[in-house]
Amino acid sequence: MTVGARMSTREKVLWYVAGAAIVVYALFPVAWILSLSLKTNAGLTENRFLPGEVTWENYRLIITGDASDLFLPALRNSIGIALIATLIAVVLATLTAYAVSRLQFPGKKLLLTTALAVAIFPVISIVTPLFNIWRTVGLYDTWPGLIIPYLAVTLPLAIWTLSAFFREIPWDMEQAAQVDGATTWQAFTKVIVPLAVPGVFTTAIIAFFLAWNDFVFGISLTSTDASRPVPAALAFFTGASQFEEPTGATSAAAVVVTIPVVIIVLVFQRRIVAGLTNGAVKG
Amino acid sequence: MATITLDHIVKKYGDGFPAVNDVSLDIKDGEFVILVGPSGCGKSTLLRMIVGLEDITDGDLTIGGKRVNDKAPRDRNLAMVFQNYALYPHLSVYENIAFPLRLAKGKHSDEEVDRRVQDAADLLELRDHLERKPANLSGGQRQRVAMGRAIVRQADAFLFDEPLSNLDAKLRGQMRTEIARMQRRLGTTTVYVTHDQTEAMTLGDRVAVLRKGELQQVASPRELYEEPVNLFVAGFIGSPPMNFLPAQLSGTTLSLPFGDVEISPDVARRAEGSEFLIAGLRPEHVEDAETLEGPRRERGTTFEVDVDVTEWLGNELYAYVPFSPDERVAAKLAELDKELDGESMRHQMVVTLDARSRVRDGDRARLWFDPASLHLFDPSSGLSLTRDEERARAIQADTEEVRRQALERSREHTREGAPA
Repeated sequence: MTVGARMSTREKVLWYVAGAAIVVYALFPVAWILSLSLKTNAGLTENRFLPGEVTWENYRLIITGDASDLFLPALRNSIGIALIATLIAVVLATLTAYAVSRLQFPGKKLLLTTALAVAIFPVISIVTPLFNIWRTVGLYDTWPGLIIPYLAVTLPLAIWTLSAFFREIPWDMEQAAQVDGATTWQAFTKVIVPLAVPGVFTTAIIAFFLAWNDFVFGISLTSTDASRPVPAALAFFTGASQFEEPTGATSAAAVVVTIPVVIIVLVFQRRIVAGLTNGAVKG
Repeated sequence: MATITLDHIVKKYGDGFPAVNDVSLDIKDGEFVILVGPSGCGKSTLLRMIVGLEDITDGDLTIGGKRVNDKAPRDRNLAMVFQNYALYPHLSVYENIAFPLRLAKGKHSDEEVDRRVQDAADLLELRDHLERKPANLSGGQRQRVAMGRAIVRQADAFLFDEPLSNLDAKLRGQMRTEIARMQRRLGTTTVYVTHDQTEAMTLGDRVAVLRKGELQQVASPRELYEEPVNLFVAGFIGSPPMNFLPAQLSGTTLSLPFGDVEISPDVARRAEGSEFLIAGLRPEHVEDAETLEGPRRERGTTFEVDVDVTEWLGNELYAYVPFSPDERVAAKLAELDKELDGESMRHQMVVTLDARSRVRDGDRARLWFDPASLHLFDPSSGLSLTRDEERARAIQADTEEVRRQALERSREHTREGAPA
């Protein structure tokens, strides 16, 4: 606010230059992928950043062309699996985090530590055992077969984030609701959850990203269109001949899968408004 | 409307420490009772046990004749105003007030909810703010919304937990009057926790003074002020607080640091056996002898002291008189001071003089007081030796009569106001 007004021109210029540098650094790969996806096969070898000849051929290829058999089911799998995993993670994490932040029960500390330990476990080390177990119990190459490991990775993080949010909510709020005639469940749903909305959405975004961007589980625990998500499917793209890299089609697919992520962030970031509890209590 | 009865209520925490110990209290229908005491005396815990947010370790709590120890807060039909208001920030003022009604699903039609919310808003002058969110309200307005949420439901009793402690001094005074007016008008049983003795004295029909979880005295403000049962109550009630002076008794002559006074044989008999006593003298019972005339001056005794510091406040003048305490009571006085949240570093007597007094810093002043206004306490038990039971009963009867009349007036008023 007033900081901007007090800044000297020199400072301002420096800030803008630094900001621009970061933006370029972050967006350059995206721009490159976008540029690649719009190039013709011949154009890929032209050694120039911008496509000489803009073509939509790569997009046609993955959406209606040869690669669509591979890409469209994968897109459906990715969306379905990521959304379901997110939903379950958010519901479970909300309930768990509430219990963790509000109740005293034996083993609470152990629960939290274990959750954190699971979160920092290297994913690659659990893939092989999971592969064997999933094949035995029939979860291999199914949606639940991916949703379950995603939950294992997202839940600890979600619980930690959400319990931090819950702790911020004054307990008086809930007690006031109880005195006003609410059951514990009503106090939770009508007062606590609305107040924790920013936390819930943050959790949702984290959970969605983890599921959406996963490659290791996606490639190891699936074998067919039935459940293979986009990141894994991209590895199976082939060029027109075996000597040709499918660079264009892969780039186009990468651009397509980035779009939902951008949309989700734009939609949710409006809800992640800090300080929602302002005005609840006089501090 | 209901009576609330606390019967030997005990609250012990995990470590066995009794936060509230054996408290018995009868709160009559429509009565305004204040729970007061220094921080950590268990007054808030007691209130939270009444409303059901804390479990009761031992004893019986009955509301309207029914034992409610094991009932959830929502089944007790009490309304509470929290110290930090605990408004729901995601709801508008209107929805905040309507919240308790909406929870009682099916009980109230939309029109009835609207009518009740509008009535409460009118009473608290919140009509212009109904659509706003709590974040956009001032402290006083938030306080009123919290009260609106309490009164909308026609609860059996109102419970207030230090509701004014977050407001600045001016607003606190205004809201205090507002709460008193509202309670008189609605005639609802009210329990009010505070550590502010102005609130305690002005609001309550009766005041319960707590110390370390134990009830010291339950009485009308006037009785607490005039006939305290012990040192603690005497020191807690009154501002500036009562001066405690070492006193030595021989026969009916009491030696104070500033001179000797004669006390009544009755009191002297009661104090028999203990030579060293603690005398309590209220600052406002001391006058500058120069500003007094006629028969009043004749009734008291005068003495000369060195005044250390004076503070002129316009309507009165505080003068500080240092004295050296007798070591036999010094420890007791220091302990008492700590209990009362005090941090006095020196022994001094405060006196409230008439603003016309010409006493200034460093003067030698001639002060006056009436020995009849002196309180005497047993230093070991802390009990008052000057408490007049008969007089206390008279005050009790008198205040009870005043309360009954006020309540009757308010009920008549409500009947007239109600649509035919």
